[in-house]
Amino acid sequence: MIPSIRPSLRELYCARLREFYRQPARVFWVYGFPMIMALVLGLAFQNRPPESAAVVVAEGPGSESIVAALSVPEAREGRAGRPGLRVTTRPFAEADRRLRTGREILVIEPRTDGGVVYHYDPTRAEANLARAAVDDVLQRAQGRVDVFEPKDALVQEPGSRYIDFLIPGLIGLNTMGGGLWGIGFFLVNMRIGKLLKRFAATPMPRQDFLLALLGSRLTFLLPDVTVLLLLGRLVFGMPIRGSLLTLAVVVVVGALAFAGIGLLVASRAETTETVSGLMNAVMIPMWLLSGVFFSSERYPAAMQPLIQALPLTQLTSGLRAVILEGVGLESLVPHLLILSAWAIGTFWVALRIFRWS
Amino acid sequence: MSCQTVIGVRNLVKTYPGRDGPVHAVRGLDLEVQAGECFGLLGPNGAGKTTTVEILEGLNEPTSGEVEVLGHRWSLDAAYIRQRIGVTLQETRFPEKATVAEMVRLFRSFYDHGLDGAEVLRRVALEAKANAFVETLSGGQQRRLAVALALVGDPELLFLDEPTTGLDPQSRLQLQDVIRELQGRGRTTVLTTHYMDEAERLCDRVAIVDHGQVIALGTPAELIARLGGEHVIEFAIENHGTEVQASEFAGLEGVLKAVERGNGFELTVSEPHRVLPRLISHLEATGRQLGRLTTRHVSLEDVFVALTGRHLRDNQEPASEAQPRTRRPRRVRA
Repeated sequence: MIPSIRPSLRELYCARLREFYRQPARVFWVYGFPMIMALVLGLAFQNRPPESAAVVVAEGPGSESIVAALSVPEAREGRAGRPGLRVTTRPFAEADRRLRTGREILVIEPRTDGGVVYHYDPTRAEANLARAAVDDVLQRAQGRVDVFEPKDALVQEPGSRYIDFLIPGLIGLNTMGGGLWGIGFFLVNMRIGKLLKRFAATPMPRQDFLLALLGSRLTFLLPDVTVLLLLGRLVFGMPIRGSLLTLAVVVVVGALAFAGIGLLVASRAETTETVSGLMNAVMIPMWLLSGVFFSSERYPAAMQPLIQALPLTQLTSGLRAVILEGVGLESLVPHLLILSAWAIGTFWVALRIFRWS
Repeated sequence: MSCQTVIGVRNLVKTYPGRDGPVHAVRGLDLEVQAGECFGLLGPNGAGKTTTVEILEGLNEPTSGEVEVLGHRWSLDAAYIRQRIGVTLQETRFPEKATVAEMVRLFRSFYDHGLDGAEVLRRVALEAKANAFVETLSGGQQRRLAVALALVGDPELLFLDEPTTGLDPQSRLQLQDVIRELQGRGRTTVLTTHYMDEAERLCDRVAIVDHGQVIALGTPAELIARLGGEHVIEFAIENHGTEVQASEFAGLEGVLKAVERGNGFELTVSEPHRVLPRLISHLEATGRQLGRLTTRHVSLEDVFVALTGRHLRDNQEPASEAQPRTRRPRRVRA
């Protein structure tokens, strides 16, 4: 430890660190849970080439020729913009029943005039894709000729995938949780256990208590953020385009905003029920509105001013701008201003209404 | 330091806003505590003891009245006073995953001067638990840790709020030793309790507090002497109805006071060996059967009952009167 630090500050800070790492359950919720969430969501939404589509030809006159046309190697393998096809045959009634119960995506019914009827649910994307693929193969087999030969330019760049969108969101979410649980919930528990009152009865410098709390919060931030960044980088190949220093500035300012909110939430609450309610009231709207799991631009324009004013929105969009777009501090001024306003405003109010007993 | 006023309280008033009008927790309380004494604040729950002590500890602000602690006022010299007092609260939950030695080191860091951590743990006999997590301590050990943390700044004035509630006998003795040791060095202890026997054993002087005021003040012996006699004869008569009145026994020679209590009677006497034969022959003469008979020393509890007409640990007196009476376990802690 640095010798010039006051003993009370050093002891309070170390006590807070020890209290955290000696609780394996808390360590899991802070580090393990976001990692598992990133892994599960990352794998679930991993970008894969479209799977081959299974389609059913209804048995009847003309079905053999359709099956033959759909079974040529070119149709089975698929090509750019079109999935491969796997064909089976069933009696129409059975195929129709399977379609209606969601077990088939496309049923092809041969017509006596040589054409076909496609049975499918147009709201299912894979059904539309299969219909387009089958129609393309059948039309060509009947002699349709393409008007021109298109060229495909494929974009498969890291940074545009869902996991790349998600990881900065999870970093933001973890920062919010850290501030509210690590400061808000922690303080209320100390108040319930009369420990705050006990501290207030000592000559403990009260600013040391606050500084130790903030210091430990910023210390925990380092592993919080590193774990998710490394996961994104090493497991999913997420690019980190901006400078780490810029990233650190955004995360620290964001963490201070949430530390202030945590302090405010804890300033008067005297029961775990009250503080849990307050924390949920703060966190749930931001889980939904702030663009952690999907872009907040999906909400109506009328809601955007509110959404943009939320600290988590600014933190996640700031993080995405640094990580995915590589912008510098000058482009992050609006984000940092809004987050700083939250930090200053909440600290200002919380320190005025805070109760030690 | 001797004969110096450590605590001076004049006309202390604390009123809380309440839903059904203001709550008068403390109403005009006066108190003086001298250096080197162990002073007890006695009273039932809700008498205003804890509010008073919290004001003395700087944790609560008086509505009006004057308070001086160690010759200083909280409003002017809070930092000075805090460096020189030690406090235990009724119940403090210390962090489960901190060790005893770490908690002592943390609290020691708040004080400019104080005791060595090992020394503090020796005084409360927790040396062997120095490296144990708080969560592994027994209830009594946790209370001793609370006392250790109050001692770590080597306080001139120590506040103990209900210190032995729920303590095992060994821990109670330990605590007595701690208080005696402090007194030996001219330090002052203020303790609140609703256990009379504890106050009798530990305190040099006690103030009995009821409804936010001091209703009696003195050494335990002085207060007991005010009752006149030093012994109490408790007895019951089998199958007695309303025809037996306490006044009947007040006339017996040597009986200072006779009251009906519960399903029996209590006689305050100075010489039980002389009164008892008279009582028994009186009962034989009137043809009554003795159901139970005990004698005991007068306690502070009797003082309290005499002053207020209530028992200390009766929290809902009128309700319990209406219940069929079973003998209250009053002397369990003696």
